Amino acid sequence: MLEVKNLKIYFHTRNGITKAVDDVSFSLNAGETLAIVGESGSGKSVICHAIMDLLEKPPARIESGSITLGGENIFDCTKQRMRQLRGNDIGMIFQDPMTSLNPNLTIGEQLIEPLIYHSDPDKRIGRRDSRLRAIGLLSEVGIPDAKNRIDNFPHQFSGGMRQRVMIAMALIGEPRLLICDEPTTALDVTVQTQILELIKKLQAKQRVGIIFVSHDLGVVAGIADKVLVLCDGVAMESGKTEDIFYKTKSQYTRSLLEAIPSGGKPGKEFVATGTPLVETSNLSIIFNGGSGSGESDVKAVDDISLQIYPGEILGLVGESGSGKSTLGRSILRLIPPQKGKVIFEGNDLTNLSHSELIRFRRKMQMIFQDPYASLNPRMTIYQTLAEPMLHHGMAKQEDALEKVLQLMDEVGLEHRHIHKYPHEFSGGQRQRIAIGRAISIKPDFIVADEPVSALDVTIQSQILGLIMNLVERHKITMLFISHDLSVVRSVTDRVAVMKSGRVIEDGKTEQLWQIPQDAYTKELLKSIPIADPRSERRRLLMNRNKKKGSDF
Amino acid sequence: MNSEKRFIGTFEKGSSLWGDAWVRLSKNKLALAGLGLVIFFCGVSFLTPWIAPYGYEEQNLVLGASPPSSQHLMGTDIFGRDLLTRIMYGGRISLFVGFIATAVALVIGISWGAIAGYLGGRVDAFMMRVVDILYALPFMIFIILLMVVFGRNILLLFFAIGAVEWLTMARIVRGQVMSLRKQEFVESAYAMGLPRHIIIIRHIVPNALGPIIVYATLTIPNVMLLEAFLSFLGLGIQPPQSSWGLLINYGVETMEEYPWLLIFPGLALSLTLFALNFLGDGLRDALDPRTSID
Repeated sequence: MLEVKNLKIYFHTRNGITKAVDDVSFSLNAGETLAIVGESGSGKSVICHAIMDLLEKPPARIESGSITLGGENIFDCTKQRMRQLRGNDIGMIFQDPMTSLNPNLTIGEQLIEPLIYHSDPDKRIGRRDSRLRAIGLLSEVGIPDAKNRIDNFPHQFSGGMRQRVMIAMALIGEPRLLICDEPTTALDVTVQTQILELIKKLQAKQRVGIIFVSHDLGVVAGIADKVLVLCDGVAMESGKTEDIFYKTKSQYTRSLLEAIPSGGKPGKEFVATGTPLVETSNLSIIFNGGSGSGESDVKAVDDISLQIYPGEILGLVGESGSGKSTLGRSILRLIPPQKGKVIFEGNDLTNLSHSELIRFRRKMQMIFQDPYASLNPRMTIYQTLAEPMLHHGMAKQEDALEKVLQLMDEVGLEHRHIHKYPHEFSGGQRQRIAIGRAISIKPDFIVADEPVSALDVTIQSQILGLIMNLVERHKITMLFISHDLSVVRSVTDRVAVMKSGRVIEDGKTEQLWQIPQDAYTKELLKSIPIADPRSERRRLLMNRNKKKGSDF
Repeated sequence: MNSEKRFIGTFEKGSSLWGDAWVRLSKNKLALAGLGLVIFFCGVSFLTPWIAPYGYEEQNLVLGASPPSSQHLMGTDIFGRDLLTRIMYGGRISLFVGFIATAVALVIGISWGAIAGYLGGRVDAFMMRVVDILYALPFMIFIILLMVVFGRNILLLFFAIGAVEWLTMARIVRGQVMSLRKQEFVESAYAMGLPRHIIIIRHIVPNALGPIIVYATLTIPNVMLLEAFLSFLGLGIQPPQSSWGLLINYGVETMEEYPWLLIFPGLALSLTLFALNFLGDGLRDALDPRTSID
C-alpha cells in the first residue's frame, strides 16, 4: 500500500548539508505495523513528515526517491490533492497530547471539523450526523460517557484520555495509513499499555497500515510486525520484528539492545549502617488550589517519612503527578514544607532561613531532568563549572582553570570545549556538564530528578554509568527519582513507590521486584514493556486476559 | 595564570548566543543600514563643534532667510543663521536626550523590574502598585509641574522623560524575570547556594537582555519624539539652543514662505527614527532564539 523508495532528504543550512534521510526504502501493507526505531536526529520524524508533505522546504529538500501511497506518487500531487490525502487517507498521532489539541475548542468541534469541511463535497456530512459519528468514535477509543464528554475542552481530560481523543481525530477520516510519532512517550507506563492495546485493537478492526515511530524497543517488540532501524538517516537494518531482535545483523541494533537497562544493580548488597544522612519525618506539602476554603488544595506530598543512609542510593518511582519531584525538591528545601521536618546530618533544615541554608547547600546538590533548561545558555562551560567552586571557596581564581579541567576529565568532556556554550553540545554532553556542576563542590547528597529521561538509550546508559561511577568514587548518597522502572532497578539499592503524594511501598530493590506487596506496585511492574518480542507479547496477552477477567 | 598559558592553544572558541545574534543581524540589510545611520548621526553630533561650518548663534541679519545655496547647503533661517549648523547642534541635543533618558529608564527599569520579579510576593505587589500609580499620573501635568517647580533645565528634561519611560521597562523586565525564575538553571543556581544578587546579575539579567535591548532601541525614538513634542509646546529646550523638535516648531510657523526650514530638520528627525526602528526590529529578530540562523 505504502512504498518508499530510495528516499533522500537533505537539509541545506548555513553550515552545509545535513543528510537527514539517506537512501531509505521500505514498504507497508494494509493491516501491517512497521516500527521505525532510532535515536533523536536519526531522521525518523523527517520520514513521517515527508509522507504527510509537512516538511519545511527550505531548508529540507527531497533529493531523490519516491513515496507512493496506493499507487499514487506523493511528490507529484498538487497541494489540493495532498490536502485530500491528509484528510482522508493518512492520519497522524503526535507525541504530546497536551499541545496537539486546540485548547479553545471543545473536542467535539475539533473532531467534526474534518467531516464538515471535507475537501470532497460528496463525503461532506452535516453537523448532526458528524456529531453522532464523533460520539461513536469517542466511545470506540474508550472514552466513557462520550455523549456528554464530547462538549468538554481538552484541559478537562487527562493525558491518556487526550491521546485517545487524538487517536479518534486521526481515525475520523477512516485513513488507510496511520502515522504514530512516539504516541506513548509522554504517557505513564500504565496508560501506555492501554493506549498500545487500543491502537492494536483499532488496527485489527479497520485494517489500517501503521507506521509506528519510537525509541522504545520494548514497545516496538510488542506492537510491530516489521522494524526499520535508522541511524543518522541511514537504514541500518530492516526486517521482521523477530529477526531484528533474535537474529540481529547490524552492530548498531545490537548496541541499542544492549543499552536497555536490565537486571539489578551490580555489586554487593547495600547494608544500612549508622544514622540516616537524610531524613524526612511526616513531611507534607500542600499546593494551594486557590479556592480559599482548602477544597481544591492538592497534597503533593502527604505525610512522608523516609530515611536515606550514608552511601545508599534510594530510588523514588511513581507516575506523573505522584509528587516524587516535589518530595525531592523539598528535601533540598527548594520548596518549603508545610508540615513535618527535613533533617540532614542531624540538623533540622525545616526552619532555617535563606542565609542559614547556604551552609548546607554545599553538601546537597541536584541533577535536573532537562539538560537544555538546567544550564545557563549565556555561560561557557568554564564559567558554569567554575562558578560554584569559586563561590564556595573550593577553588581560587588562579587554580580554577586547572580544577575545571580536572572536573571535565572526570565527567568525560574534552578539554578543547571549555570555552563553548551549552547550545553547542548534544543532550548527553550537556547532562555531563550539569553533573559536573553538581559534583564540583563535592556534595555528600545528590537528588537526581529523572537525570536520564530526556536522553537516548545509548546515551542514557553512558550517563547512568558515569553517575554510578562518580557516586561510588565520591561516596555520594543519592535520591534517584525516575518514572522508568528498569532504570531504577539497575542503579538503586532500595526503592520507594509513590502514588498520590504517599509512599505506598518501600523495600530493597530486588526484593520489591520479586515479591511486590502492594497492588499498585504489581500493576506498575507489569506495565513495563520488555524488549523481547516473545515475552512482550506474552505479557500483553496476560494483561489482556486478566483485564477481561476483571471486567466481566 | 601559568596553567592558562599551558592550555590556551588547544581550546576552541565557542559561539555565544550574542555571536549568533550578530550573524543574524548582519544578514538583515535594513537593520545594518539603520545601525550605520545611527552611528553616522552620533559621530556627526559628537564632532559638531569642530566640523560645523558656522557658529550656532552666528547671525547674518542682512541675509535673512535664504534658500539652500553653495554657502549654506540647507539655507538659513530668518536671522540668517546657517540651518545645517543648527541642525547639527540640534541633533546633539536630540540624540543626547534620546540616549541619556533611555539610559536612565534602563537603569531604573531593570533594577526595579528585576527585584520585583525575582522576590515576588508582597514586595512585587507593592513595587508594581507604585508603577501603576505613576502610570496613572497624566504625563503632561507631571512635566509641567516639574518645570514650574524647578524651572527649565535640560537635566530636568532627562529626568522627567526617563521617569516616565522606565515604567514600561520595569514591567517588561519583571515579566521576563518571572518566567526566568522558574527555569531550571536558576533553580540550580539557587540549589548551589549562590546569593540572590549573584543569581540576579549573572543568571537572570543576561538572559533577559534580548527583549530589553530591543525595547531600548525602540524607546530612543520615542524619547526623541517626546522631546520634540515638549520643545514644540515650549516646555523643552530654550533658544538660542536648538533641538530638532524646536527647529521643526519654527519651520512649521514659516512653512509657507520658507519650506526648507521645515523640510531639513523634519528629514533629520524622521531618518533617525526610521534608522532606530529598523535597527530595533532587526535586533528583535536577531535576538529571538526561535528564528533560525539560516
